Amino acid sequence: MSTGTTKLDVVVSDVVPVNELVTRFHFRRRDGELLPTFSGGAHVVVEMRDGDRTRLNPYSLMGSPLDTREYTISVRRDDAGRGGSLFMHRQVKPGQEMVISYPVNLFSLDLRAKKHLMLAGGIGITPFMAQTSQLAGASGNFELHYTCRTASLGTYADVLQQRYGNRVRLYHDDREEHIDLDRLLSSQPLGTHLYVCGPAGMINWVRDRAANLGWPPETVHFEHFAAPQPGAPFDVTLAVSGKTIRVGEQQSLLEAIEAAGVDPPYLCRGGVCGQCETNVISSDGKFIHNDHWLSEEDHRSGCKIMPCVSRFEGKSLVLER
Amino acid sequence: MGITFRKETFRDDFTFKNSPEHIRRFPFPFNEDSYMYAVNIEPHVVGPKGSVLENLIDVDEHYVAEMQDRALVLAEDPLRCQSLAHMTLAGWDLLELLMEQQALGYPEHFTLERNGDRWRWINRPLGIDDTFTFGDTSTLPYGPMEYITRQSQGDFCILDQRDGNLWMDAGMVTTQADWSLDFDIGMNFFEWHAPVPLAHEKGIFTRALKFLTNIQQGKPARRLNWTMTINPRLDTSPENYHKWGPDRATVTPENVGQKVHLRVELQSFWRLPRSNAIVFPIRCYLIKMDELVTQPKWARRLHRVIRDLPEELATYKGLTRYRPTLVEWLSKLDDGSPTSPGFGPD
Repeated sequence: MSTGTTKLDVVVSDVVPVNELVTRFHFRRRDGELLPTFSGGAHVVVEMRDGDRTRLNPYSLMGSPLDTREYTISVRRDDAGRGGSLFMHRQVKPGQEMVISYPVNLFSLDLRAKKHLMLAGGIGITPFMAQTSQLAGASGNFELHYTCRTASLGTYADVLQQRYGNRVRLYHDDREEHIDLDRLLSSQPLGTHLYVCGPAGMINWVRDRAANLGWPPETVHFEHFAAPQPGAPFDVTLAVSGKTIRVGEQQSLLEAIEAAGVDPPYLCRGGVCGQCETNVISSDGKFIHNDHWLSEEDHRSGCKIMPCVSRFEGKSLVLER
Repeated sequence: MGITFRKETFRDDFTFKNSPEHIRRFPFPFNEDSYMYAVNIEPHVVGPKGSVLENLIDVDEHYVAEMQDRALVLAEDPLRCQSLAHMTLAGWDLLELLMEQQALGYPEHFTLERNGDRWRWINRPLGIDDTFTFGDTSTLPYGPMEYITRQSQGDFCILDQRDGNLWMDAGMVTTQADWSLDFDIGMNFFEWHAPVPLAHEKGIFTRALKFLTNIQQGKPARRLNWTMTINPRLDTSPENYHKWGPDRATVTPENVGQKVHLRVELQSFWRLPRSNAIVFPIRCYLIKMDELVTQPKWARRLHRVIRDLPEELATYKGLTRYRPTLVEWLSKLDDGSPTSPGFGPD
């Protein structure tokens, strides 16, 4: 019952700098056929072959789901990250052949909604680019509130305002513009669904306020990809395959397991989907859990780990892989 | 070479039967001499030529007659086809999937021409040639799900995915083994499976749901399910129980071979691209005991399975009343010799 996604062989058809931090990449199929249709909120996993190292990072598709000639993603450069975004910015050029996954949607629109209220922070705007295209094409009722640091870092703010006019509201941190969240959440018509994508702090704040103001949990949707964090190297024994591996500072545990030739199932690589959940056989040390999949009880038990985003510090760790 | 479609009925005079080639391709559901629930899900990939898995959406010699039977059911009871308001997009997804798969597998019978949003669909067995605008419901005689499922064998449930669960929010259900779309519509995965005995305690539904909510585009999955039906009746619905329930009391040692049918469902699961919903086609295959026992391995194995079936399962599947008669009849075809591994006939 292992799952995973089918791969797509693509070529980079364009690379477009959007602002000082964000670059957009366009992909087409190498065989010239159309790409699979997708739904707003879907992501693909991009395989980055960087010397003898392979990174697999998820990025939201931001084009219109109605146009499957090409897929587009936007990558924000993270100078302190593990190098995936730097690889994309520095090494990926038009004409380059790459491999991406089929689209997967873990942040789907609830089509029962009478109104879709969207809250974006920073690069969290990307899934909403596709969702607003999808809804606009179907006369859907939506409203987008977008917070960015400065106007020049308001990625696609101009495009969105041009497309949707006053259905898009911007908030600039440097101008001290702040969203009046309680008022916004208190004034929505019955049947509204809330979607939030942005930094973890923003997601937690919005979820917390929504809960306090009586929004039913099933009407609050959030995209909570945690990028794997770098950390001190550690050693792991894979009991099933009989291997001992070292997880590098800039490597995730999942990447290290894959580099050893063991392929656990995965979908999101961001601690959300649950596919790579792994049993711990024994451990002597401290887990650094960064996922949103396992329960707090699971975290405390020390019996499970999500290798896509979580790490370990200590003497020994033995996994059932 | 195209399929020769049979003229036959699934009601009244019950003229349904399988040709010898169709007997051999029947999806016999037992790979060992006993049966218990398992999460028997596998990737839905193309199988051997001449099997029901030769194409991912199977069309067979019963196609035309099944579609005629479906039209009769819908004329009497339009609520067999329902789609909640938010499921129209998923209906278009399903229309695309079924048109593409049928045209791909059976080009001599079906043709799909796409020119942007303008699509032309030719269904030769049913004499249909329609041009319509994809996404515009007003250009079709029915909603997209109803339109295409009136032209596709098997029942179809479209499951909306939200809140970590699946919701039965649309469907075309006319060939069902005693369950009702009208009753289940809007229910979630655990609610509509509530009546199934034993499986909840085994945690089967929790695991199955986890698997299904992770089904990916381009990677469909499948499983087989089975029950038995008296007379080759496709529409064994709760709504029509008064028509088929009493049939169970009509089984005698003399008529077992003609009356008792093994009913196998090939269930598949597909992620739909635009709506992110799951479609769950439930394709029903029927075979008479007289046809099934032409394969001696199947006769021996079915005898052992039915004889040893746990009482709860026999009750749930509605076999209780005629099980002794059936087991007695099958026992004469079981010399006790071993059966070969696997599903297929020897």
